[in-house]
Amino acid sequence: MAAKAEFESIPITITVNGVKHEALVEPRTLLVYFLRENLGLTGTHVGCDTSQCGACTIHLNGRAVKSCTILAVQANGAAITTIEGLAHNGSLHPVQEGFREKHGLQCGYCTPGMIMTAVNLLETNPNPSEEEIRHALEGNLCRCTGYINIVESVKWAAEKMRKEAQR
Amino acid sequence: MLPASFGYVAARSVEEALQLLAKHGDDAKLLAGGHSLIPAMKLRLASPRYLIDLGAVPGLRGVRVDGDSLAIGALTVHADIAASDLVRKQLPGLADAASMIGDVQVRNRGTVGGSVAHADPAADLPVILTALNASFVLQSVAGNRTVAADEFFIDFYTTAIAANEVLTEIRVPLPPPGAGTAYAKLPHPASGYVVVSAGVLILRLPSGQCASARIALGGMGSKPIRATATEAALQGQPLTGDVIARAAAKAAEGTNPDDDFYASADYKRQVATVYTRRAIEAAVERAKN
Repeated sequence: MAAKAEFESIPITITVNGVKHEALVEPRTLLVYFLRENLGLTGTHVGCDTSQCGACTIHLNGRAVKSCTILAVQANGAAITTIEGLAHNGSLHPVQEGFREKHGLQCGYCTPGMIMTAVNLLETNPNPSEEEIRHALEGNLCRCTGYINIVESVKWAAEKMRKEAQR
Repeated sequence: MLPASFGYVAARSVEEALQLLAKHGDDAKLLAGGHSLIPAMKLRLASPRYLIDLGAVPGLRGVRVDGDSLAIGALTVHADIAASDLVRKQLPGLADAASMIGDVQVRNRGTVGGSVAHADPAADLPVILTALNASFVLQSVAGNRTVAADEFFIDFYTTAIAANEVLTEIRVPLPPPGAGTAYAKLPHPASGYVVVSAGVLILRLPSGQCASARIALGGMGSKPIRATATEAALQGQPLTGDVIARAAAKAAEGTNPDDDFYASADYKRQVATVYTRRAIEAAVERAKN
């Protein structure tokens, strides 16, 4: 018989992409590992694991945050959106489309985090300047593209979202 | 990279957090946004046996005017301070500093209370809050006490918070008409942490003279350091470009910053004079409006 764990696991309830999940987690479980390993949502990436690179960016109660630096227990009761939750009824989110249209990626590792941060930016600032886009993406590192096409992707998405909003 | 195992309790009130602190003593740490503590725990720089999470404690978030102070709940995140109309209007230097921390995601999660309690010598808020003569409300079972910034920051990662206390609120005196505040920072290009920074509070008389100045420097020691020679050189003087430049040139007097991989001590001393001048100039411009 296994020895009783020294510290109790904690029951949590988290809504992810509109689906409510209940789980028992070790307190030290990082939110990004809960999403990837418990829920199988591997679109959220672990990059640096030190809150620098932004590959693990998700929305927690509507705000872009780095899920490698949040304990799953801290997200108890929260509503989370991951990259898997952006597309609706088979249609990509305009920011996802923008990254495809403008080739905003090469290896793709940083892309989910880039997109989650960009979506959060456009929710609060529908018409950002290039400088505002670059400032907003400060916490997301890409080692392939040099960022030029990433910025173009966000601009493309902003324009599409503005046009859709006018309809 | 996971932290070592620990026990976790989500406190429902400050009182409950205090009871848990009393029960676990030095084995416990308080958790706010976790953006200083969790990285430290991953690296085993901290290995508390218990975390007492303040995240669900009501009443510790938000910015409000209380008497002649701005009262900021300890769990208020940097993004909310940077975006607060009250802060931007009354204490724009504080909004500057909050908006320069880390990146968007960090500002959405990191808290003012967590930052000052962690007291990283390369953090932004301790510097501007020292310049603004902020005070810190510490709650214990015995009641509340309030500690001024000059006494609150003691050394590297060390503050006046006792083991049986919880930081609940930061109080910043509302500056009178004719006051200006500003913050200027040379960030490390990779981490965004302070290499050198300067926070300024200037009281400008209608005549254009400086009634008083409070200036704090970041990156120049183990805690925010007052640039007392610069403060003295401004007091009573007309706030002209020449006076400001001569006063700012004294900013590094008496400081003894460390050499590090990015910046030598001499470089930091030089940069301190430049960023102090920029912050004073920005504060004086605001004081005029």
